[in-house]
Amino acid sequence: MADLVIEREVLIEAPVQVVWRTVTEPDQMSLWFADRVELAIEPGAHGYMGFGDQGGPVVVETVEPPTRFSFRWNHPRGEEPVTGNSMLVEFTLTPEGDDRTRLRVTESGHELREWPDAEKQRYADEHQQGWGEFLDRLASVLGARRSG
Amino acid sequence: MTAQTDDELWSAIGDPSRRRVLDLLVSNGGVSASWLAGRVPFSRQMVSKHLVVLEQAGLIRRRKQGREVLYEVEAGRLDQATRAMADLAAQWDGRLAAIKRLAEAAHDEAKNKH
Repeated sequence: MADLVIEREVLIEAPVQVVWRTVTEPDQMSLWFADRVELAIEPGAHGYMGFGDQGGPVVVETVEPPTRFSFRWNHPRGEEPVTGNSMLVEFTLTPEGDDRTRLRVTESGHELREWPDAEKQRYADEHQQGWGEFLDRLASVLGARRSG
Repeated sequence: MTAQTDDELWSAIGDPSRRRVLDLLVSNGGVSASWLAGRVPFSRQMVSKHLVVLEQAGLIRRRKQGREVLYEVEAGRLDQATRAMADLAAQWDGRLAAIKRLAEAAHDEAKNKH
């Protein structure tokens, strides 16, 4: 069965080493991801990410500086994260020249686990790819039906 | 929505062939299993299996018209799935935008020191 994968990317005007540090250093992660990040950046390391008074465990999978970093999260407390009880987040950094980096993130595993309420905050979104195409199509058809 | 029904929902739409069936129902509505089978690259039996899973997940419903059984999408349920995925994608867009700001600021700062 193919995964339901969220896939996004961004082009950054900075060298790959700088982007790598921003993505992986815990004090940097606490600026773009969770409020509290306790994590050693090495494969197999168990850590914690806090979002306000909520939070949960996270386990590092891949650390290949400066191009690949992945972790699993959203698994039940006290369980080891595996395919089926967690989501896998993978960052891929690709240098494009000396001062530019393409950063891609995928998050997979959504079809295999329960849907956390914390993830259901409402945001507008206009730039979906892959899965997004299917969803866009659904949304437009459904929109037309509702107004029709 | 309970965790149980969520599991069903995500595994129902996680399969590409089922998404194909769902796509056809979204675009055409009110069609039979035979009609669907004529438009997909898999067997009529597979179509029936997919329809059962989609119906259990609440994504489609069936109605009888004469002797025929017709299938159509449950718009509310699909909408729910669409929105949940779009929300997650938008969260990642927000995080990537923050990484971009931080990395570019760090890079500018390093450049200015030279």
